Amino acid sequence: MSPLYIARSKEIAARQLGGEMMIMSARDSTLFNLNDVGTVIWEAADGITPLEEIVGRKVCGEFEIDAAEALADAESFVRELAGHGILVVSDEPIGSGQVSGQPVAPPPASSEVPE
Amino acid sequence: MSTLMQEMNQRALDQGLPLSVHLDVTYRCNERCVHCYLDHDNHGEMSTAEICGVLDQLAEAGVFFLIFSGGEVFMRMDFFRILEYARSLLFCVTVKTNAFMIREREADRLRELGVQMVQVSIYSHRPEVHDAITKLPGSLKRSIAGIRLLRSRGVSVTLANVLMRQNLADHAGVQALARELGAKFTIDPTITPKMDGDRSIIGLGIGGDDLKQVFRNPDLVGDVEEFCAPPPRVDDDVLDELPCSAGHTACYISPYGDVYPCVQFPLPSGSVRKQKFLDIWRHSPELDEVRSIHARDLPVCSSCSHVGTCSRCPGLAYMQGNLRGPSSQDCEKSYARTGIPSANMLAKAAASKASHLVQIAGVRP
Repeated sequence: MSPLYIARSKEIAARQLGGEMMIMSARDSTLFNLNDVGTVIWEAADGITPLEEIVGRKVCGEFEIDAAEALADAESFVRELAGHGILVVSDEPIGSGQVSGQPVAPPPASSEVPE
Repeated sequence: MSTLMQEMNQRALDQGLPLSVHLDVTYRCNERCVHCYLDHDNHGEMSTAEICGVLDQLAEAGVFFLIFSGGEVFMRMDFFRILEYARSLLFCVTVKTNAFMIREREADRLRELGVQMVQVSIYSHRPEVHDAITKLPGSLKRSIAGIRLLRSRGVSVTLANVLMRQNLADHAGVQALARELGAKFTIDPTITPKMDGDRSIIGLGIGGDDLKQVFRNPDLVGDVEEFCAPPPRVDDDVLDELPCSAGHTACYISPYGDVYPCVQFPLPSGSVRKQKFLDIWRHSPELDEVRSIHARDLPVCSSCSHVGTCSRCPGLAYMQGNLRGPSSQDCEKSYARTGIPSANMLAKAAASKASHLVQIAGVRP
Protein backbone atom coordinates (compact mmCIF):
# COMPACT_ATOMS: atom_id res chain seq x y z
CA MET A 1 0.00 0.00 0.00
CA SER A 2 1.40 3.42 -0.92
CA PRO A 3 2.01 5.85 1.93
CA LEU A 4 -0.63 8.42 2.77
CA TYR A 5 0.33 12.02 3.43
CA ILE A 6 -1.84 14.44 5.38
CA ALA A 7 -1.75 18.22 5.74
CA ARG A 8 -3.84 20.67 7.72
CA SER A 9 -6.10 22.53 5.31
CA LYS A 10 -5.43 26.22 4.82
CA GLU A 11 -9.11 26.94 5.25
CA ILE A 12 -9.41 26.22 8.93
CA ALA A 13 -9.10 27.98 12.24
CA ALA A 14 -7.84 26.03 15.24
CA ARG A 15 -7.02 26.55 18.88
CA GLN A 16 -6.35 24.37 21.89
CA LEU A 17 -9.01 25.38 24.41
CA GLY A 18 -8.91 23.95 27.87
CA GLY A 19 -7.01 20.90 26.68
CA GLU A 20 -9.23 20.25 23.68
CA MET A 21 -8.46 21.08 20.06
CA MET A 22 -11.24 23.11 18.45
CA ILE A 23 -11.23 23.41 14.66
CA MET A 24 -13.54 25.39 12.43
CA SER A 25 -13.88 24.94 8.71
CA ALA A 26 -13.95 28.16 6.70
CA ARG A 27 -15.83 26.28 4.01
CA ASP A 28 -19.03 25.86 5.98
CA SER A 29 -18.24 27.20 9.49
CA THR A 30 -18.67 23.73 10.96
CA LEU A 31 -16.96 23.38 14.33
CA PHE A 32 -15.13 20.20 15.33
CA ASN A 33 -13.41 19.09 18.49
CA LEU A 34 -10.69 16.46 18.47
CA ASN A 35 -9.84 14.00 21.19
CA ASP A 36 -6.26 13.45 22.34
CA VAL A 37 -5.38 10.96 19.59
CA GLY A 38 -7.04 13.12 16.94
CA THR A 39 -5.11 16.14 18.18
CA VAL A 40 -1.78 14.28 17.94
CA ILE A 41 -2.51 13.29 14.33
CA TRP A 42 -3.74 16.80 13.53
CA GLU A 43 -0.66 18.47 14.92
CA ALA A 44 1.65 16.09 13.06
CA ALA A 45 -0.12 16.64 9.72
CA ASP A 46 2.74 18.50 8.05
CA GLY A 47 2.24 17.14 4.53
CA ILE A 48 5.58 15.32 4.45
CA THR A 49 5.40 12.72 7.23
CA PRO A 50 3.50 9.60 6.09
CA LEU A 51 0.44 8.77 8.17
CA GLU A 52 1.88 5.35 9.02
CA GLU A 53 4.92 7.02 10.56
CA ILE A 54 2.76 9.49 12.51
CA VAL A 55 0.67 6.67 13.89
CA GLY A 56 3.69 4.49 14.68
CA ARG A 57 5.75 7.22 16.27
CA LYS A 58 3.24 9.60 17.81
CA VAL A 59 0.05 7.63 18.40
CA CYS A 60 1.34 4.17 19.32
CA GLY A 61 4.22 5.85 21.13
CA GLU A 62 1.97 7.92 23.36
CA PHE A 63 -1.13 5.76 23.61
CA GLU A 64 -1.08 2.00 24.11
CA ILE A 65 -2.84 1.00 20.89
CA ASP A 66 -2.29 -1.89 18.48
CA ALA A 67 -0.43 -0.52 15.43
CA ALA A 68 -2.55 -2.10 12.68
CA GLU A 69 -5.80 -1.18 14.38
CA ALA A 70 -4.55 2.33 15.05
CA LEU A 71 -3.54 2.85 11.41
CA ALA A 72 -6.92 1.64 10.14
CA ASP A 73 -8.71 3.97 12.58
CA ALA A 74 -6.40 6.84 11.66
CA GLU A 75 -7.04 6.36 7.94
CA SER A 76 -10.76 6.42 8.49
CA PHE A 77 -10.37 9.50 10.73
CA VAL A 78 -8.25 11.52 8.28
CA ARG A 79 -10.56 10.70 5.37
CA GLU A 80 -13.53 11.88 7.40
CA LEU A 81 -11.75 15.16 8.22
CA ALA A 82 -10.76 15.50 4.56
CA GLY A 83 -14.45 15.19 3.67
CA HIS A 84 -15.11 18.25 5.83
CA GLY A 85 -12.21 20.18 4.30
CA ILE A 86 -10.21 20.06 7.54
CA LEU A 87 -7.34 17.96 6.24
CA VAL A 88 -5.81 17.40 2.84
CA VAL A 89 -5.01 13.75 2.07
CA SER A 90 -2.73 12.67 -0.75
CA ASP A 91 -0.65 9.73 -1.99
CA GLU A 92 2.23 12.15 -2.46
CA PRO A 93 3.93 14.63 -0.11
CA ILE A 94 2.04 17.89 0.14
CA GLY A 95 3.88 21.19 -0.30
CA SER A 96 4.17 23.53 2.66
CA GLY A 97 2.20 26.13 0.70
CA GLN A 98 -0.87 23.99 1.19
CA VAL A 99 -0.45 23.47 4.93
CA SER A 100 -2.06 25.85 7.43
CA GLY A 101 -0.33 27.16 10.51
CA GLN A 102 3.00 27.57 8.72
CA PRO A 103 5.01 30.21 10.53
CA VAL A 104 5.11 33.65 8.97
CA ALA A 105 8.00 35.81 10.07
CA PRO A 106 6.76 38.74 12.11
CA PRO A 107 7.81 42.12 10.74
CA PRO A 108 10.85 43.72 12.34
CA ALA A 109 10.06 46.09 15.16
CA SER A 110 11.97 48.94 13.56
CA SER A 111 10.81 51.17 10.72
CA GLU A 112 7.24 49.95 10.97
CA VAL A 113 4.76 52.73 10.69
CA PRO A 114 1.13 52.37 9.75
CA GLU A 115 0.35 53.75 6.32
CA MET B 1 -25.90 28.22 17.99
CA SER B 2 -24.58 24.66 17.71
CA THR B 3 -24.20 22.54 20.81
CA LEU B 4 -20.45 22.39 20.30
CA MET B 5 -20.29 26.18 20.06
CA GLN B 6 -22.29 26.47 23.30
CA GLU B 7 -19.88 24.05 24.96
CA MET B 8 -16.95 26.08 23.67
CA ASN B 9 -18.46 29.28 25.06
CA GLN B 10 -19.20 27.67 28.39
CA ARG B 11 -15.69 26.23 28.65
CA ALA B 12 -14.19 29.65 27.89
CA LEU B 13 -16.45 31.25 30.51
CA ASP B 14 -15.63 28.61 33.13
CA GLN B 15 -11.90 28.88 32.50
CA GLY B 16 -11.79 32.65 32.05
CA LEU B 17 -10.52 32.44 28.48
CA PRO B 18 -10.83 35.31 26.00
CA LEU B 19 -12.54 33.39 23.22
CA SER B 20 -13.13 36.39 20.99
CA VAL B 21 -11.30 39.66 20.39
CA HIS B 22 -12.37 42.58 18.24
CA LEU B 23 -9.32 44.50 17.03
CA ASP B 24 -9.73 47.80 15.23
CA VAL B 25 -6.58 48.30 13.18
CA THR B 26 -7.38 51.92 12.34
CA TYR B 27 -10.05 54.55 12.88
CA ARG B 28 -9.23 56.14 9.53
CA CYS B 29 -11.95 55.67 6.95
CA ASN B 30 -12.78 56.63 3.40
CA GLU B 31 -16.44 57.01 4.32
CA ARG B 32 -17.98 59.52 6.71
CA CYS B 33 -21.10 57.72 7.84
CA VAL B 34 -23.59 60.02 9.55
CA HIS B 35 -24.03 57.66 12.51
CA CYS B 36 -20.38 56.70 13.05
CA TYR B 37 -19.18 56.83 16.67
CA LEU B 38 -15.49 57.29 15.85
CA ASP B 39 -13.25 60.17 14.93
CA HIS B 40 -11.17 59.36 11.87
CA ASP B 41 -7.83 60.90 12.72
CA ASN B 42 -4.72 58.87 13.42
CA HIS B 43 -3.69 59.52 17.02
CA GLY B 44 -0.79 57.07 16.90
CA GLU B 45 -1.92 53.69 15.61
CA MET B 46 0.01 50.56 16.52
CA SER B 47 2.66 49.63 13.96
CA THR B 48 2.61 46.39 11.99
CA ALA B 49 5.13 44.87 14.40
CA GLU B 50 3.14 45.96 17.45
CA ILE B 51 -0.06 44.44 16.09
CA CYS B 52 1.68 41.18 15.18
CA GLY B 53 3.15 41.08 18.69
CA VAL B 54 -0.36 41.50 20.10
CA LEU B 55 -1.61 38.71 17.83
CA ASP B 56 1.06 36.38 19.24
CA GLN B 57 -0.19 37.19 22.72
CA LEU B 58 -3.83 36.67 21.77
CA ALA B 59 -3.07 33.25 20.28
CA GLU B 60 -1.18 32.31 23.41
CA ALA B 61 -4.11 33.47 25.55
CA GLY B 62 -6.47 31.13 23.67
CA VAL B 63 -8.32 33.60 21.47
CA PHE B 64 -10.15 31.71 18.71
CA PHE B 65 -12.37 34.32 17.06
CA LEU B 66 -10.68 37.47 15.81
CA ILE B 67 -12.57 40.38 14.26
CA PHE B 68 -10.58 42.92 12.27
CA SER B 69 -12.42 46.16 11.86
CA GLY B 70 -12.02 49.93 11.87
CA GLY B 71 -12.41 52.55 10.50
CA GLU B 72 -11.79 50.94 7.17
CA VAL B 73 -9.22 48.15 7.44
CA PHE B 74 -7.93 48.70 3.91
CA MET B 75 -6.87 52.24 4.80
CA ARG B 76 -3.82 50.47 6.25
CA MET B 77 -1.43 49.50 3.48
CA ASP B 78 -0.10 46.74 5.75
CA PHE B 79 -3.49 45.14 6.37
CA PHE B 80 -2.75 42.00 4.36
CA ARG B 81 0.55 41.51 6.24
CA ILE B 82 -1.42 41.66 9.50
CA LEU B 83 -4.11 39.36 8.16
CA GLU B 84 -1.59 36.85 6.83
CA TYR B 85 0.15 36.80 10.18
CA ALA B 86 -3.16 36.30 11.99
CA ARG B 87 -4.09 33.39 9.76
CA SER B 88 -0.68 31.80 10.28
CA LEU B 89 -1.65 31.74 13.96
CA LEU B 90 -4.90 29.98 12.96
CA PHE B 91 -7.39 32.55 14.24
CA CYS B 92 -10.93 32.31 12.93
CA VAL B 93 -11.02 35.72 11.25
CA THR B 94 -13.91 37.99 10.37
CA VAL B 95 -13.10 41.16 8.44
CA LYS B 96 -15.45 44.12 8.66
CA THR B 97 -15.06 46.48 5.73
CA ASN B 98 -17.10 48.70 3.46
CA ALA B 99 -15.64 46.70 0.52
CA PHE B 100 -15.07 49.93 -1.40
CA MET B 101 -11.40 49.11 -1.94
CA ILE B 102 -11.84 45.42 -2.71
CA ARG B 103 -10.72 44.69 -6.25
CA GLU B 104 -9.57 41.43 -7.89
CA ARG B 105 -6.29 41.33 -5.98
CA GLU B 106 -7.86 41.96 -2.57
CA ALA B 107 -10.62 39.43 -3.21
CA ASP B 108 -8.05 36.82 -4.24
CA ARG B 109 -5.99 37.41 -1.09
CA LEU B 110 -9.01 37.25 1.21
CA ARG B 111 -9.92 33.93 -0.41
CA GLU B 112 -6.37 32.56 -0.21
CA LEU B 113 -6.02 33.51 3.44
CA GLY B 114 -9.12 31.54 4.44
CA VAL B 115 -11.05 34.39 6.05
CA GLN B 116 -14.18 33.01 7.68
CA MET B 117 -16.46 35.92 6.93
CA VAL B 118 -16.38 39.39 5.42
CA GLN B 119 -19.03 41.71 6.83
CA VAL B 120 -19.99 44.72 4.76
CA SER B 121 -22.19 47.59 5.93
CA ILE B 122 -24.91 48.27 3.38
CA TYR B 123 -27.51 50.88 4.32
CA SER B 124 -29.76 50.74 1.30
CA HIS B 125 -30.11 49.15 -2.11
CA ARG B 126 -30.60 52.68 -3.48
CA PRO B 127 -27.40 54.67 -4.17
CA GLU B 128 -29.04 57.97 -3.25
CA VAL B 129 -29.84 56.66 0.25
CA HIS B 130 -26.69 54.60 0.89
CA ASP B 131 -24.31 57.26 -0.43
CA ALA B 132 -26.08 59.98 1.54
CA ILE B 133 -25.36 58.00 4.72
CA THR B 134 -21.72 57.20 3.87
CA LYS B 135 -21.19 60.68 2.36
CA LEU B 136 -19.04 59.02 -0.29
CA PRO B 137 -20.48 59.30 -3.81
CA GLY B 138 -20.44 56.00 -5.68
CA SER B 139 -19.89 53.99 -2.50
CA LEU B 140 -22.85 51.61 -2.95
CA LYS B 141 -21.77 50.74 -6.48
CA ARG B 142 -18.19 50.09 -5.41
CA SER B 143 -19.20 48.12 -2.32
CA ILE B 144 -21.49 45.86 -4.35
CA ALA B 145 -18.74 45.35 -6.92
CA GLY B 146 -16.37 44.32 -4.11
CA ILE B 147 -18.95 41.92 -2.69
CA ARG B 148 -19.48 40.33 -6.09
CA LEU B 149 -15.73 39.71 -6.42
CA LEU B 150 -15.69 38.06 -3.01
CA ARG B 151 -18.73 35.92 -3.70
CA SER B 152 -17.37 34.82 -7.09
CA ARG B 153 -14.41 33.38 -5.18
CA GLY B 154 -16.60 31.65 -2.61
CA VAL B 155 -15.85 34.02 0.28
CA SER B 156 -18.73 34.21 2.79
CA VAL B 157 -20.19 37.70 3.04
CA THR B 158 -22.75 39.20 5.41
CA LEU B 159 -24.52 42.44 4.62
CA ALA B 160 -24.97 44.39 7.85
CA ASN B 161 -27.88 46.79 7.64
CA VAL B 162 -27.88 49.43 10.37
CA LEU B 163 -31.41 50.77 10.58
CA MET B 164 -31.96 54.48 10.95
CA ARG B 165 -34.79 56.83 10.17
CA GLN B 166 -32.97 57.70 6.96
CA ASN B 167 -33.01 54.15 5.55
CA LEU B 168 -35.85 52.51 7.43
CA ALA B 169 -37.88 51.92 4.28
CA ASP B 170 -35.06 50.02 2.59
CA HIS B 171 -34.35 46.93 4.66
CA ALA B 172 -36.40 44.71 2.34
CA GLY B 173 -34.38 46.04 -0.59
CA VAL B 174 -31.09 45.28 1.18
CA GLN B 175 -32.37 41.84 2.08
CA ALA B 176 -33.25 41.19 -1.57
CA LEU B 177 -29.82 42.45 -2.58
CA ALA B 178 -28.22 40.02 -0.12
CA ARG B 179 -30.18 37.16 -1.66
CA GLU B 180 -29.11 38.20 -5.15
CA LEU B 181 -25.46 38.37 -4.07
CA GLY B 182 -25.60 35.05 -2.19
CA ALA B 183 -24.76 36.87 1.04
CA LYS B 184 -26.17 36.61 4.53
CA PHE B 185 -28.13 39.52 5.96
CA THR B 186 -28.32 41.03 9.41
CA ILE B 187 -30.01 44.14 10.79
CA ASP B 188 -29.05 46.29 13.71
CA PRO B 189 -31.31 49.05 15.01
CA THR B 190 -28.73 50.25 17.57
CA ILE B 191 -26.96 53.58 17.19
CA THR B 192 -23.98 53.85 19.52
CA PRO B 193 -23.05 57.19 21.10
CA LYS B 194 -19.70 58.62 20.02
CA MET B 195 -16.68 57.38 21.95
CA ASP B 196 -16.13 60.89 23.34
CA GLY B 197 -19.55 60.70 24.98
CA ASP B 198 -21.44 62.81 22.43
CA ARG B 199 -24.93 61.31 22.26
CA SER B 200 -26.31 63.53 19.49
CA ILE B 201 -26.20 60.80 16.82
CA ILE B 202 -28.61 58.61 18.79
CA GLY B 203 -31.38 60.78 17.36
CA LEU B 204 -30.68 59.24 13.94
CA GLY B 205 -31.98 55.91 15.20
CA ILE B 206 -35.48 54.56 15.04
CA GLY B 207 -37.76 54.26 18.02
CA GLY B 208 -41.37 53.90 19.06
CA ASP B 209 -43.70 52.68 16.35
CA ASP B 210 -40.90 52.18 13.82
CA LEU B 211 -39.07 49.83 16.16
CA LYS B 212 -42.33 48.04 16.88
CA GLN B 213 -42.89 47.48 13.16
CA VAL B 214 -39.37 46.12 12.69
CA PHE B 215 -39.83 43.71 15.59
CA ARG B 216 -43.10 42.47 14.13
CA ASN B 217 -41.66 41.74 10.71
CA PRO B 218 -41.07 37.98 10.35
CA ASP B 219 -38.57 38.62 7.55
CA LEU B 220 -36.38 40.42 10.07
CA VAL B 221 -36.92 38.63 13.37
CA GLY B 222 -38.16 35.17 12.38
CA ASP B 223 -40.82 33.89 14.75
CA VAL B 224 -42.62 37.12 15.77
CA GLU B 225 -44.70 35.44 18.47
CA GLU B 226 -41.59 34.09 20.15
CA PHE B 227 -39.58 37.28 19.62
CA CYS B 228 -42.30 39.52 21.05
CA ALA B 229 -43.47 37.16 23.81
CA PRO B 230 -44.04 38.69 27.26
CA PRO B 231 -41.06 38.16 29.55
CA PRO B 232 -41.11 34.98 31.64
CA ARG B 233 -41.28 35.02 35.43
CA VAL B 234 -38.12 36.30 37.10
CA ASP B 235 -36.44 33.75 39.37
CA ASP B 236 -33.04 33.26 41.00
CA ASP B 237 -31.57 31.69 37.86
CA VAL B 238 -32.46 34.81 35.87
CA LEU B 239 -31.00 37.10 38.53
CA ASP B 240 -27.76 35.09 38.53
CA GLU B 241 -27.29 35.55 34.79
CA LEU B 242 -24.41 37.49 33.28
CA PRO B 243 -25.26 40.39 30.99
CA CYS B 244 -23.22 39.48 27.88
CA SER B 245 -19.82 38.23 26.77
CA ALA B 246 -18.10 41.65 27.18
CA GLY B 247 -15.17 41.18 29.55
CA HIS B 248 -16.18 37.57 30.23
CA THR B 249 -15.13 35.79 27.03
CA ALA B 250 -14.59 38.76 24.75
CA CYS B 251 -12.93 42.14 24.62
CA TYR B 252 -11.96 44.95 22.31
CA ILE B 253 -8.57 46.46 21.41
CA SER B 254 -8.34 49.88 19.77
CA PRO B 255 -5.80 50.88 17.08
CA TYR B 256 -3.85 52.55 19.90
CA GLY B 257 -3.58 49.37 21.94
CA ASP B 258 -6.20 50.29 24.51
CA VAL B 259 -8.23 47.40 25.86
CA TYR B 260 -11.95 47.71 26.60
CA PRO B 261 -14.60 45.12 27.51
CA CYS B 262 -16.26 45.62 24.10
CA VAL B 263 -16.21 47.97 21.12
CA GLN B 264 -19.46 49.40 22.49
CA PHE B 265 -18.19 49.63 26.06
CA PRO B 266 -15.46 52.29 26.33
CA LEU B 267 -14.34 51.51 29.88
CA PRO B 268 -10.52 51.80 29.71
CA SER B 269 -9.12 48.55 31.09
CA GLY B 270 -5.44 48.65 30.15
CA SER B 271 -3.06 49.09 27.23
CA VAL B 272 -1.16 46.38 25.38
CA ARG B 273 1.50 49.02 24.80
CA LYS B 274 2.21 49.02 28.52
CA GLN B 275 1.24 45.54 29.71
CA LYS B 276 0.95 41.99 28.44
CA PHE B 277 -2.52 41.20 27.15
CA LEU B 278 -2.96 38.29 29.56
CA ASP B 279 -2.06 40.51 32.54
CA ILE B 280 -4.79 42.92 31.50
CA TRP B 281 -7.27 40.13 30.82
CA ARG B 282 -6.64 38.42 34.14
CA HIS B 283 -5.92 41.31 36.48
CA SER B 284 -7.52 44.51 35.20
CA PRO B 285 -9.65 45.95 38.04
CA GLU B 286 -12.06 47.31 35.44
CA LEU B 287 -12.60 43.92 33.78
CA ASP B 288 -12.91 42.35 37.22
CA GLU B 289 -15.64 44.83 38.08
CA VAL B 290 -17.50 44.12 34.84
CA ARG B 291 -17.27 40.39 35.56
CA SER B 292 -18.62 40.82 39.05
CA ILE B 293 -21.96 42.22 37.87
CA HIS B 294 -24.90 39.84 37.69
CA ALA B 295 -28.48 40.78 36.89
CA ARG B 296 -29.33 40.88 40.62
CA ASP B 297 -26.72 43.62 41.13
CA LEU B 298 -28.48 46.07 38.82
CA PRO B 299 -30.43 48.45 41.06
CA VAL B 300 -33.19 49.29 38.58
CA CYS B 301 -33.08 46.39 36.13
CA SER B 302 -33.18 43.63 38.76
CA SER B 303 -36.71 44.75 39.61
CA CYS B 304 -37.78 44.91 35.95
CA SER B 305 -40.02 42.24 34.45
CA HIS B 306 -37.80 42.23 31.34
CA VAL B 307 -34.59 41.39 33.20
CA GLY B 308 -34.44 37.82 31.87
CA THR B 309 -34.97 38.66 28.20
CA CYS B 310 -33.78 42.26 27.84
CA SER B 311 -30.91 42.93 25.45
CA ARG B 312 -29.49 45.40 28.00
CA CYS B 313 -26.05 46.42 26.80
CA PRO B 314 -23.74 47.20 29.74
CA GLY B 315 -21.66 49.38 27.41
CA LEU B 316 -24.62 51.55 26.47
CA ALA B 317 -25.55 51.74 30.16
CA TYR B 318 -21.99 52.82 30.97
CA MET B 319 -22.11 55.48 28.27
CA GLN B 320 -25.40 56.63 29.74
CA GLY B 321 -23.55 57.23 33.00
CA ASN B 322 -23.89 54.09 35.12
CA LEU B 323 -22.26 50.70 34.61
CA ARG B 324 -25.04 49.12 36.67
CA GLY B 325 -27.83 51.31 35.36
CA PRO B 326 -30.37 50.72 32.63
CA SER B 327 -29.66 51.24 28.94
CA SER B 328 -32.60 53.33 27.77
CA GLN B 329 -32.19 52.16 24.17
CA ASP B 330 -32.67 48.58 25.33
CA CYS B 331 -35.62 49.56 27.53
CA GLU B 332 -37.18 50.96 24.40
CA LYS B 333 -36.54 47.73 22.53
CA SER B 334 -38.10 45.62 25.29
CA TYR B 335 -41.13 47.90 25.24
CA ALA B 336 -41.37 47.78 21.44
CA ARG B 337 -41.26 43.97 21.52
CA THR B 338 -43.77 43.36 24.28
CA GLY B 339 -45.74 46.56 24.91
CA ILE B 340 -44.75 46.29 28.58
CA PRO B 341 -42.85 49.31 29.92
CA SER B 342 -39.57 48.65 31.69
CA ALA B 343 -38.94 49.47 35.36
CA ASN B 344 -36.70 52.31 34.17
CA MET B 345 -39.46 53.75 31.98
CA LEU B 346 -41.97 53.55 34.82
CA ALA B 347 -39.55 55.22 37.23
CA LYS B 348 -38.85 58.01 34.75
CA ALA B 349 -42.58 58.54 34.14
CA ALA B 350 -43.20 58.71 37.90
CA ALA B 351 -40.32 61.14 38.40
CA SER B 352 -41.55 63.33 35.57
CA LYS B 353 -45.04 63.39 37.08
CA ALA B 354 -43.62 64.29 40.48
CA SER B 355 -41.41 67.07 39.12
CA HIS B 356 -44.41 68.42 37.20
CA LEU B 357 -46.40 68.61 40.45
CA VAL B 358 -43.52 70.33 42.20
CA GLN B 359 -43.38 72.85 39.42
CA ILE B 360 -47.08 73.62 39.72
CA ALA B 361 -46.74 73.97 43.48
CA GLY B 362 -43.94 76.44 42.91
CA VAL B 363 -45.97 78.82 40.72
CA ARG B 364 -46.66 82.10 42.47
CA PRO B 365 -49.48 84.46 41.64
